[in-house]
Amino acid sequence: MYAALWRVLPGPTAVKLVLAGALFLGVVAILFLVVFPEIEPLLPFDQITLEPEPTTSSAVG
Amino acid sequence: MNQSAVVARAFARTAAELLVTGGVVVLLFAAYVVVWSDVQTAAAQVELRDDFKSQAQSADAPAPGTTATPEPLAVPPGDAMAVMRIPRLGDDWSWVVVEGVSDEQLNRGPGHFPETALPGQIGNFAVAGHRATHGEPFAHLDRMAPGDEIVVESIGVTYTYVVDTTEIVTPSDVGVLLPVPGKPDKASRKARITLVTCNPRWGSSERLIVHGHLTETVIGSEV
Repeated sequence: MYAALWRVLPGPTAVKLVLAGALFLGVVAILFLVVFPEIEPLLPFDQITLEPEPTTSSAVG
Repeated sequence: MNQSAVVARAFARTAAELLVTGGVVVLLFAAYVVVWSDVQTAAAQVELRDDFKSQAQSADAPAPGTTATPEPLAVPPGDAMAVMRIPRLGDDWSWVVVEGVSDEQLNRGPGHFPETALPGQIGNFAVAGHRATHGEPFAHLDRMAPGDEIVVESIGVTYTYVVDTTEIVTPSDVGVLLPVPGKPDKASRKARITLVTCNPRWGSSERLIVHGHLTETVIGSEV
C-alpha cells in the first residue's frame, strides 16, 4: 500500500519525502478539522447537561 | 517462491499497514481529545474575554454613589454573558460563561442554561461545564463544599453566591434546574445558582450538581 504510494510520487527521493510529508499533514488536518469533531460527541465526556427522559426527544444535549 | 506465497505476503503486508495506520489514527484522536480540545477552548476563551471586556466598557458606567443594580442583560446564544470565579478551584480559576448549552457552546466554556435565570435574578442561574477535555473548567467541582464562594461578574455588577449543597443525580433529573430545585410547584423568592457537570469525571452515568444562593451584590466589576 505505502510502497505503491511511494512509487506513484514523482521526482527524486527528496521531492518524494516532501510530498509524502505534505500528504500526511493533509490527512491529519482532515482528521482534526472534520472527522474528529464529528465523532467526539459520541464520547461520554461531552454529555454534561441534563435532559428529560427520552420521551421528549428534544434533548438539551 | 511460488505465486501463492507472493500473494500471501502482499496481503499480510497490506493488512499490517492498515492496522498500523488505524493505531496512528487512534493515537491522533487521543491527542485531539486530550490536548487539542484544550487548546481550542483556551483560544475561544481569550476571544470571549475580549468581547466581554469591550461590552463592559461600552456599557454606561454607573454614576458614583448609585445603588441601583444594573438590569441583567440577555445575550445572544454563544456570546459571553458573565465571568465566573471560584476561589476553591484555584486563585486563577476564571472562566467566561457563554449563553447556551449546545455542544458547540460548551466547547467554548461553561454554558448558561437559556431557560434559567440570569445572574443575580430571582430564580436559578444554572451553568453546565466540561469536567474532562475542552479546558475542563469543572474538573474539580467535586471539591466544592458548603460555604465556598462562587463569584459571577456581569456587566457592571458582581454577584457572590455561596454554596449550600452538592449532590449527585441521574442525567435526566432536570428538577435541579428549577427556580426552587426539586420543587416544581414552589415560586422562588431567592436568587440561586446551580452548577452542573458530569460524574464520574471521565464518564457520563451521573451528574454532579452544586447548589448555592446569592449573598452579596456589588455594583461594579473588576473585569
